[in-house]
Formats: sequence, structure tokens, C-alpha cells
Amino acid sequence: MIPLIGLIAGVAVGLWFHPDVPLWLQPYLPIAIVAALDAMFGGLRAKLDGIFDDKVFVVSFLSNTVIAALIVFLGDQLGVGSQLSTGVVVVLGIRIFSNVAAIRRRVFKA
Amino acid sequence: MNSTGPMKILGGLLCLVFGFAVAVQAHATRADTTFATARQDELVGILSDLSQRSERLRGDIRDLEDTKAGLERDAKGQTALQEARRRAAAYGVLAGTLPAQGPGIRLDIGDPDGKIRAATLLDALEELRDAGAEVIQVGPLRTGVGSYFTDVTGGVAMDGQVLARPYTILAIGDPHTMATALNIPGGVIKTIQSAGATASITQEATTTINAVRST
Repeated sequence: MIPLIGLIAGVAVGLWFHPDVPLWLQPYLPIAIVAALDAMFGGLRAKLDGIFDDKVFVVSFLSNTVIAALIVFLGDQLGVGSQLSTGVVVVLGIRIFSNVAAIRRRVFKA
Repeated sequence: MNSTGPMKILGGLLCLVFGFAVAVQAHATRADTTFATARQDELVGILSDLSQRSERLRGDIRDLEDTKAGLERDAKGQTALQEARRRAAAYGVLAGTLPAQGPGIRLDIGDPDGKIRAATLLDALEELRDAGAEVIQVGPLRTGVGSYFTDVTGGVAMDGQVLARPYTILAIGDPHTMATALNIPGGVIKTIQSAGATASITQEATTTINAVRST
């Protein structure tokens, strides 16, 4: 319940104030969001499987976003930033799809 | 498995940050897609337009600063008076209350059968204005912002006065540009000729326009 309230409140605050993304954060925020999305779906899947753990969720959320942003940062330093972000998005996209597929199997039994 | 309180709160907080970030990023992405989706040659075009414009504006700034410096230096109001006279002359020429002289063209439209309608003359006038004509005289009349053509029996009237045939249009501006504009395929000259009249353009180094508008 708390996560759902937090999510709605966050979107509301973001829409209400819509602040500008600081320049230094601009390349990394989209990737971090995709990584966080992966953690969100992972958490939802664990919840439905009945093995959800807040600590695991928090740690996976933070490590996902930080590592994703770090990979892009490293890529930028090495001059392969756009290719690496594409790679990260592909990998996270596959994970998100598999998580959603597991959720779907559990919810619809199909 | 049993989750502790602080971790629950932290999880909720992370969800809040996530929602916030999504909303902000979505908004930021929606904000500027004009240049992101433009192709390279479009961007080059936009850039060169902008630099041309900034060059022109820089020139304007220089002129205005010269004027400002002149006005500040001048104690007896001589420069201010000169400036005002210069402007009055320029506006008078544009408004049609002063005679004007300069390079231009002469457009003669021979129309023995009265085939030319008001719309054709209006097209010619508009084409000349588009081509940069600053001062235009049609027959004995000077054109202004309120000039109009009307079809009357046996000819065309401008500003309520019937024009004598053949029509003569004098225009001051860049002669070459105006001649080219009138001669384009499907343009004014072709329209006049297909209506059964004749048209000839003379480019002149000095065109004098003496007709003035009273108001």
C-alpha cells in the first residue's frame, strides 16, 4: 500500500512542479528510470509470488539505478555512451518483459 | 521475510522518487523535440538563417548606437532635427505624400480592346510590391496603402478615377528583381498577354515619380 501511495504522490508532485532536469543528470535519468522500472516490476512479481521483501526491494532498486547510470557514465567517458545506453535499455527491457510475463502468468493463469 | 518498519518506509520513498522522476523526465522529453527530430540540412539552414538575422540585427544596433551617440553629442538639437527630417522624408516617400526618384522600371500595358480587368492590375501591383518596389505610380496616380482598383464600363478605375489606356505603371526599386518577378512563367506579363493585351518592361536607371497623394 505504501509503495502505491508513494508512486501516486511522486507523479503528482512531479506533474505539479515539473522542475527542469539538471544538465548533469540529463543523460543518466532516463536510464536510471528504466532500471528502476525493472526493480518495480521485479518487486511486483515477488509480491505476487509471496516472497516480497522490503530490504531486497530497496537494495535492488538502488543498485539497479546506480549501476545503470554508472554504466552510461563510464560509456560517456569511453566515447561509447550511446551504444552502452542502448545495450542497457535492451537488457533491462528483456528483464522487464520476463517479469511482466511472470506476473501475467500468475494473474491470468495463462 | 518479515519486513521491518524503516525498510517499508524507504521502499515507499523510493517509489515516490521513481514516480517523481518519471513525471519530470516525461515532461522534459516532451519539452523540446523541434530540433531533436530535425535533419542535419534543416539544422544547417536554421543555423545560417539565425546567423544572418543576428548579423542584420548587429548592423541595426550599430546604426542605432551611431544615432544615439549623435543625439547625445548634439547640444543645439541639430542632429535630432536632421534625424526627424530624414525620417519624415522616408515616411513621406512610403506614404506617397512626397515625390521620389531612383532606379526602377516602366511597365507599359497596351490594351486597345479593354480586356484588362481590375484584378490583373492589382496582381501587377502586388507582384511589384513583393519584388521590393518602394514607390509605385499607376497612370497619373500614386499608389498608397488605401489604393484600390475597380472595374468600370470601358476600363479600370483606381481610387475612383478612370485610368486612361494604355496603362503605364512606374515603380522604383531594384529594376532587375522587379523585371524578373513580372516575367516569371505564368506571371503577370503572361496573364496580360493571354488576356489579349500587350506588355513591355523598360528598366530605367532613373525613374521619377512626381504624383503625390493628397492625404
